[in-house]
Formats: sequence, structure tokens, C-alpha cells
Amino acid sequence: MDSTNKILNKNILKGAWSDAFVKLHPAQMMKNPVMFTVEIGTLVMIAVTCISLFVQNGSVGSFGYNFVITLILVITLLFANLAEAIAEARGKAQANALKKTRTNTMAKRLLVDGTVKMVNATELRKNDIFIVEAGDVIAADGEITEGFASIDESAITGESAPVIREAETDHNSVIGGTKVLSDTIKVKVTSEPGESFLDKMIALVEGANRQKTPNEIALTILLASFTVVFLIVTVTLQPFAAYANTMLSIAALVSLFVCLIPTTIGGLLSAIGIAGMDRALSANIIAKSGKAVETAGDIDVLLLDKTGTITIGNRKATNFYALDGTDETSFARLCAMSSASDNTPEGKSIVELAESLKVSIDDLQDTEVNDFVKFSAETRMSGVDLKDGRQIRKGAWDAIEKWCNIEPEALQAFRDKVREIAEKGGTPLALGVDKKAIGVIQLEDIIKPGIQERFARFRKMGLKTVMVTGDNPLTAEYIARQAGVDDFIAEARPEDKLQYIKKEQEAGKLVAMMGDGTNDAPALAQADVGIAMNSGTQAAKEAANMVDLDNDPTKLLEVVEIGKQLLITRGNVTTFSIANDVAKYFAIVPALFAIGIPGLNTLNIMGLASPQSAILSAVIFNAVIIPALIPLALRGVKYRPMGASTLLTRNLLIYGLGGITLPFIGIKLIDMIVNIFM
Amino acid sequence: MIQYEIIGAALVFLLSAALAWPLGKFIVKVFLGEKNWMGFMSPIEKLIFKISGVNPDKEMDWKQNMKALLGLNLLFFLAAFVILSIQGLIKFWNPVGIGNWEPTLAFNTAISFMTNTNLQHYSGETGASYFTQLAVFAWLQFVSAGTGITACALLFRGLTNRSSAALGNFYNLWLKSCTRILLPLAVILSLILTVSGTTTNFKGLQEVSTLEGETQMVAGGPTAPMVAIKQLGTNGGGYFGPNSTHPFENPTYLANMAENIAIILVPMALVFAFGFYIKRKRLGLYLFGVMSLLFVSFVAISAWQEVEGNPNFAKMGLEQTVNMEGKEVRLGPVASSMWGVSTTSTSNGSVNSMHDSHTPLSGGIFLLDMFINAIYGGVGVGFINFFVFMVIAVFIAGQMIGRTPDFLGKKLEAREIKIAAIVVILHPLFILAGTAISSYLVTADPELGWLNNPGFHGFSEMMYEFTSSSANNGSGFEGLGDNTPFWNIATGLVMLFARFLPIIGPLAIVGSLAVKKHVPQTAGSLQLETPAFASVLLAVIIIISALAFFPALTLGPIAEYFTF
Repeated sequence: MDSTNKILNKNILKGAWSDAFVKLHPAQMMKNPVMFTVEIGTLVMIAVTCISLFVQNGSVGSFGYNFVITLILVITLLFANLAEAIAEARGKAQANALKKTRTNTMAKRLLVDGTVKMVNATELRKNDIFIVEAGDVIAADGEITEGFASIDESAITGESAPVIREAETDHNSVIGGTKVLSDTIKVKVTSEPGESFLDKMIALVEGANRQKTPNEIALTILLASFTVVFLIVTVTLQPFAAYANTMLSIAALVSLFVCLIPTTIGGLLSAIGIAGMDRALSANIIAKSGKAVETAGDIDVLLLDKTGTITIGNRKATNFYALDGTDETSFARLCAMSSASDNTPEGKSIVELAESLKVSIDDLQDTEVNDFVKFSAETRMSGVDLKDGRQIRKGAWDAIEKWCNIEPEALQAFRDKVREIAEKGGTPLALGVDKKAIGVIQLEDIIKPGIQERFARFRKMGLKTVMVTGDNPLTAEYIARQAGVDDFIAEARPEDKLQYIKKEQEAGKLVAMMGDGTNDAPALAQADVGIAMNSGTQAAKEAANMVDLDNDPTKLLEVVEIGKQLLITRGNVTTFSIANDVAKYFAIVPALFAIGIPGLNTLNIMGLASPQSAILSAVIFNAVIIPALIPLALRGVKYRPMGASTLLTRNLLIYGLGGITLPFIGIKLIDMIVNIFM
Repeated sequence: MIQYEIIGAALVFLLSAALAWPLGKFIVKVFLGEKNWMGFMSPIEKLIFKISGVNPDKEMDWKQNMKALLGLNLLFFLAAFVILSIQGLIKFWNPVGIGNWEPTLAFNTAISFMTNTNLQHYSGETGASYFTQLAVFAWLQFVSAGTGITACALLFRGLTNRSSAALGNFYNLWLKSCTRILLPLAVILSLILTVSGTTTNFKGLQEVSTLEGETQMVAGGPTAPMVAIKQLGTNGGGYFGPNSTHPFENPTYLANMAENIAIILVPMALVFAFGFYIKRKRLGLYLFGVMSLLFVSFVAISAWQEVEGNPNFAKMGLEQTVNMEGKEVRLGPVASSMWGVSTTSTSNGSVNSMHDSHTPLSGGIFLLDMFINAIYGGVGVGFINFFVFMVIAVFIAGQMIGRTPDFLGKKLEAREIKIAAIVVILHPLFILAGTAISSYLVTADPELGWLNNPGFHGFSEMMYEFTSSSANNGSGFEGLGDNTPFWNIATGLVMLFARFLPIIGPLAIVGSLAVKKHVPQTAGSLQLETPAFASVLLAVIIIISALAFFPALTLGPIAEYFTF
């Protein structure tokens, strides 16, 4: 996908030029009122040019001049179409790169009678089940119904590290085109061929079904009204001039009109919109609609999962604190035993910590163990029952406290230790043996470097960051403070997220969140911007309005920036486009009346050589500014997080003031060049 | 001498602003129905509501309020039209026995006064009886100003609403705007004017011996009350033909100052009132600052041009003097420019000098003032026009900071922008299309006899007439033979549409904003009280108004200036 990340390349440009001609079709142009009026003006000029071959008078003008003006108008139209075509082509190129991963593969379809039949991937229907073994490419999107596997998703995400996908977890989704590296899974197909979630979204990205976003529609209306105003200005100028005994040529009037209407933004508007979605795609985010990207710029509240976004990976056990005179080594061993069957990262880290203390449970025999007790949400404990009758339980400290009968003095020591750990941002787990609390395990988070600065920038932009964590309030508060988030939801359950989102929305705020599990689905649906991880369940993906192919929680931050960038680019190009009018007036108006009212030549402050070259230069400038700004439109204005007022001042200086001065220089330069030829 | 004149003009501006601040606070009390010292009007108001059968406490949404506004104004129009058409039959207060009006003139004049324009295609002292002056003109000057103020009150309310469609009650706000805001101010001003020498009587023409010993018939009448409301309500319709150049309307320099303050007082107060109403005083001040920047620059340019005078004098070897043509000697050029800019920015339209005789750029400034039509603006409607500029400025600036734009916490979406976009088109459409048609007619048939001045100046005269109508200003460039069916009907229609569409449109926007959920303001929101936003606002005003009219201005005043 590297080649597509370049703004322009030869292949894209070649295809785009031919598209630019196709787009001249009036039915296509109608979608863009500003450029459509330019097209009508061009048609008028084509007619006038033909007439001027035979008739010569003041309002028709000379053939040569009319021809040149007409040519420039056609080029103006093509430039505008080119911008859109390039943006679309870039989208297509990226989509094709994604699609390539889903070329025809064979699938081992599991029939009802239990036999396996080799079928083509395209023959797979929804709810079919197929088997994928190590080394196979997964034939279609689906959910694992049985087994787990490590999967190489680099074809889709570009990330080379394999991921684990497992049935009945929140990471049960597999994507067609990815490769199973180990183990065997059964997969149930979740969509008809060509209608998979990804297929639909790729179609959207390609731009064919692109719908204008609400803000884009509003801007189009405003630009259309400016166009009408300038149409009135131009049309009424004819009788005004007639009254003043000045003859205006049709070429001059059409030129004035085309220069005054906001063609720059009109020509680039849809390219800017498409490019916004492309940029999201470059970041491996597939947005279901342009509206979602636009909304992202408005987000007020970000719900960020602590793990992966604020802290690196998962919590790790960093200390064992034995209580009640239990000796350190046997405590460490008990801890490790309690985690023997615990596959969570925390559980594994406890075993690792024990191993680093030279305590091993490799010698733990099946014969020793009566039963492993799985974690349940009800007891909030897990552990092991041994053959000798001992019950070892590990869990949240309050769960253990409830489970055990702790003597008052011991209880005090226990609670002190727990609080001590929690206050330092650690997560205390407690260990109990036979309903007796024997020690506390300290789990700790490592905050990502640089995250504080990032949140500080967000605060400046008016974004509220909320950390979502399963930690207890004390720990959560410590980490929240360390990381510099504005608020946190501790001991968060999915419904807590939903509640929080609703509460913020009632206050009129827009909320973004990221999630993967089925139980995140309601919250993802409720959030204004919900990003599902691609590894997440189908339900989560359906509920979200964006999907992150990389499964990277920090994407939330990028999405907001892409959304803002989209709006800022639009706003700045609009401002630039309208500001250009000042110079164009000073070029054209004195030229229009130069013969009839010589006194008005004082307004020719650019000192343009002749009335004809002045009009020509303005129209040429008007045309070339469009391709000159295509890279800006596609790349987007560089977004810098700063306060709203600072940002506005800065953009006004660059695009407002720049928009006023640049055309003065540009038109003057073009005039000098034009006069070499005239 | 000039420096005293400048001090005089500066005093008018500063005193107006100083008086507008407390008046703004008072207006907010009236709007919100809070207790105020005009409470003694309550029995009269209640009586009027009882007679008319209106329930003043009934909350109405924007559509119901607009129906009430349009219905009431239709009644006003019909009554005025009938009275003007049969004026000769009404013997009461008609000592001179002035006759009936021709229908197109009656149509034009009834609309003109109902729409707060006061474009006068007749001459007051010879065309209207005392009864007409009071029962039609002064009456409409009151109620049309009340209509404008009420529309503004509805707008304020809608912008502060949190998800509620109720904008208040038009009848209630309208009556109280008349009885509690306009009436007391008018009483104070007419007292000041009467003391200064403005006439207040019901006698017919009076025979006066002049200093040369000759006798002359002099018109009088109930001038002071009418002049008071004409200024305060940004009406501008003069009691006498020469308007406020007439010594009975505007007798002394001090009376002139008082009247000039009266012209801009209520419009300025409404800007401050907006700040008080939405509890953002600073925003009110910022908006006032943006308007004042334009206002003061315009006065400065106009006065400078007048003081510079006509360069042709020097070319002909005459002594270069200030341009005193069409000006009152007792007032001088600076006071004339100050008045001219005041009356054109606020859609007042009264004149204390002949705008036709101002130097080209000064006349151009007056035109520009009316193109913008929102520098303080007409009572109520000026702020409503300014609101449309704000909506567009917020829409553009909002995007520039990376948010879908919201205005005072309400999202601006396609629907609001659509309405604002249409409203923006109206003013150029009426002015340019109107001028284009009349230019075409004049070019086709130079024998029409409309224009006393040929060339660019004649063009300016026609453009001024349509601009004045579309801005609901009412001042005339004069020099135009405007009492013809074409001008009566054309300007009549322009005044009508240019009055009500720019009220209905913005209130429709507000009606749609009012029910929207409030978006909380964060550090990432657009800050309105900043120089950056003020610049955007200023740019939007200049680009929409000035750019649309630049070619036309070039052919009129600017061409005239360069060919002087």
C-alpha cells in the first residue's frame, strides 16, 4: 500500500485524466452547482466563439480571444474534475489493495453429515461452516465456532505479529484472506459473498456510493447562493454598462462571472471529502460513512480503554506481599499454583514473577490437583482445589475478604497493604487458602511514554478524555492522574460505559469510543463515533460506524484528528477561494470599463498591461489555482492541536490574508507572461 | 472650525453609545417581562388586550408569531391605503383642504410607512393633512418600529431556548415595545425639540412678515412628536418635504445633535441588549465594536470628502472650499456626514443635507451603508440582518477550527444555511435587478424624464432609490422624478418583500435552532468574543455586501469620483 500513500503517482494520474473528461457529462456536473454554472458559461462561450467566426461586433468580440477564453474555461472544468478523479482513484487503489487479499481460495466446507468437501470460496453462503487448518488461507469472513488459532493478518493490517482468535471470546472474528499459522478452527460464514462487511465498506471508500456529508451539503448550499449573487451581479452589469454607453463583450462578462464564483472550493470540495475517507483508510480505519469521519472532528468526549491506549499492554505482577508470617517462597508458590490454569495476561505474569523468584510449578502434577476453579463474574475469584483438600483462591481483594474469615487485627494489616498498593496505582489481588487470607499480589500498569503530552494537547482542543478500566477506583484514580486524563470509569462494566455515554450525550456532547466485545455493542451503537476492532465480534462491528483493521486502541485519537483535518481543509479552502475575489475584481472591473470610463484605470493597481490580458490573466489564475491546491486538498491541511482561537487566527492569516494577496502576485505574473505572447 | 465640528460628531457617537448601554438593559427587562419603571402603562396595555381579545400570555412558536406579525401589518397597510385614497373626504384636521391620492402613490406610501421605510414620493406639507400625518404616518412610524423591535425580541428568545419552540407572544412584545420603549423616548425627544423651536400646533398656513418686509405663507403643524418618532423608530419620513433640513424639523445645532443621537440610539441599544439577553455582555460589546469600526470609518471618509470639497473649483481657479452644496449652514459638513452615515446605516432615511449633493465617494459610502444595512441597522431588523451575517461567519469560521459549526451552542446545518443563503441573495437581487430594469428603460427611452442628472450621477440616483427601498431606508438621492407609476409600484414591491422576507427567514432559522439541543462550549469551540472572529465577521460583511455591489458602485460613485 506504500505507493498509494503518495499523493500522486503516474498510474493514478493517467486514469484520472480520462475520468476528468467523462465527468464533464452534465448529469455528473449537476451534483456540483458551482462547477455546473461554469459548464453552462463554457457552453455559452463555445456558442459565442462559433458565432464570432461569422459576426463581428462589440459584444461578440474577436474569434481568437473568445477561443482562448473558452479553452481556459474547459481547462478549469477539467482541473476540477481531475481533483475529484484523483481522490477517487486513490480510494480505489487502496480498496483494491484490500480486495487483492480476497482472491479465490478453496475452502474445506463441512457438510451436515460431517464430511468435508472442497469448494470454491465464492460458493460459500452465509451460515456455512468450514474448517481451516494451519497453513490455510481463510476463505471468507466469519466467526470461529470451535477451537482457536494464531492467525497472520498482515495481508489486511500490515501488522506482522500473529494474533490469537478463539471461539466464544470477544476475539472470535476472522477475516477472509488472512492465514492461519497454527491449530485448526471451525468457522461459520457471516455474510454472502461480495456482501461482507468489508466488501460493503470498500465499495463506500471507492466513492461510487459516496453521499455528501451534512456539512458538505450545507457548504454546497452556501456556495450556490454566492454563485447566484455573482450571477445577478454579472447579468445586471450588461444594462448598467449599456446605460453608461460602454460595450461589454460576452467573453468579459462570462470571465468575470467564472472568476467571482467560488470555483476553487467548488472544484475541490468533493475531492476534500473523498480524501478525508482515504486518509482514514490509510490509517487502516474503514469508516462506514463520510459523516462518521466528519462527526469525529466534533467529538467532545473520548472513552479510552486503559489497556493498550494509556498503558502498555497488560498489567503485570510486580510484587508478592505475604501476610501473617507466611514465608515468601511458599507464598510465591501458592500464588503461582492459583494461576496455573489462568490464561489471562495477569495470571501468566504471576507465574512469570514466581519463576523469576526461582519458584516453579512445573512439578505440579495432575495427581495433586483435584479441580481448577475458573473465574466467574459472581465470585470474582479463580484458583485451584488440591487433592489434599486445600482450596486456593485468588481474586479481587474484596472478594477474597468476603470469602475468608479474617481476624480483626489481621484484617487491618490486610486492608493497609491493599490500600498501600492501590494508592500507588497498583492493583491488589489477594490470595486466600482455606478461607484464610495469606497475602497480597501487586499488579502494576506501565503508562505509555508521551501519553500525558498527548492528552494535554487534547485538553487544549477541548476534548475530554475518559479512561475506562476494570480497576478499582483507587488504582484507577492513580493511573488517571499519572496519565493526565480528565475522568475515569473504574470497575467498568459494559453498561457503565453505556450509562456514561448517555449522560454525556444528554449534556449535548458527542462521544467516541472503541470496543470489541459483543457486550460493547450497545455502547458502540450509542456513541456518536464507535470504532470496533476488526478482531471483535460481528455484533460489535455492526454496531460501530468505523472498523479499525489494526485493532489499535490509540486509533481513536487519530480518527478525531482526521475528522478535524477534513473540516479545517474545507473551511480554509473556502476562505481562500472567497478571499481571491478581491484581487480578481481589481483585475477585471477596470478592464471591463477601461475604454468607456478611462478614469477607472486608476483601479488597475496591479498595472496589468491591457484590458484583454487582465481578464485573461484572471481567468488563467482562476484555473491553475485548482490543480495547485489539489495536493493540499488530498493531503489535508496539517492539523496542529491548539486552542480554537489560536487556530482560527493562524488559519485566517494563512488562508484569509494569503487568499487576498496571493492572486495579486499570481495575476500580475501571469499577465507578464501572457504579454510575451500577445 | 472643523475641529469643533469633529468634536460635535464625536460627542454624538459617544453620547449615543453611553445612553444605549442602560437603554439596552431596560429593553431586556421589557423583553423578559421583568418589572420595570414603565409598569404604570400596565392598565392601558391590559385594556387594549381586553378590547382586542388577545391573550398576551399565550406562548407561540415562530410560525404563529410570524402569522401574527404579518396579519397585523396587513391591517395597518389596508387602513393606511384607504385613508390616503380618501384623504380629501376627511375634513378633520385638514385646514388646508388637501385632496385624495392617486392609487399607486397611496400604495407606495402605505407600504413605505408600514415597512418602516418612509420613502416619500410626495411632499409632506403639501400632500398630507394633519390627520394623515398623525393617524397614518406618525401612527405607522410607531407601530412599524414596534414590529421591528418585536421581531428582534423573538430572535433573542429563540437563540437562548434550550430545545423549546416557544418564542414568546408577538402581540404582547409588540404592544410593550411601543408603550414602554418607543413612547417614553418619543415623549422625551419631542419635549427637547419643542423647547428648541420645533413647531407643535394644528393651525393651517400662517402669514409671516419677513425681514425684507414681504409676507410669506408658512406651513406648521404637529411637527415635534412626529419628528421624535421618525428618528427614534428609524423611520425617517419627514413632516416637511425637505425633511430634517427644514428649520421647523431641525432648528438648531443642538436639536440636530439630539435628533442624530435619536437615530442611532435604539439600534445601538439593541446590540447591547443582545449581549445582556444572552448573558454575554462581552459578545454584545464585540458586535458593537465590529459595527462601530465600519461606522466610524465611514463617517471619517464621508466627512473628509466633504471637507476636501469639489476639486473642480480649484481647476477653475476658484478658491477651494468645503462642499457646502445641499447643506445647512447652521449644521456644517461634518454634522451632515455624521447624519448621513447614521441615517443610512440604520435604515432611518431622514436627511439633514441633500445626499444627492454630497461628493461622489461620500454618496458611495451612503450606498455602501445601505448595502450592508446592518451597521446597528433599523430598529430590530438591523440586528436581524446582522444575525444572518453572523450565521455565515460562524459557519465558515467553525470549519476553520475543525468543528461542524455551532452558533451559541446550536449546530448550524443545511436547513439554517439554506435559509441564510436565500436571505443573502435578496438584497443584491432587489437592488441590482431593480436598477438594471430602470437603467434598461432609461437607455431605451431617454425621453422618460426620470433623471434630472444624466451620466453616472443619474445611475447613482436610480440605484440609490432601489437601495433605499430594499434597505427599508427611505432616504432619497433626490433628483429623481420618482412619483410615477413605475417607481411607485416597483419600489413599493421591493420595500414590501425586503421588509418581511429578511424577518421571516432569520426567524425561521431561529425557530429551527430553538428546538435544537444545546452543545456545550469547550476549549475547542469557536470563541465569538475574539479579534479573530471579529475579523471573519467583518470580512463576511464586506465580501457579501461590498463584493456584490462593487461593479455597480464602480459605474456610479467610483466612476464619478475618478472622472470628477
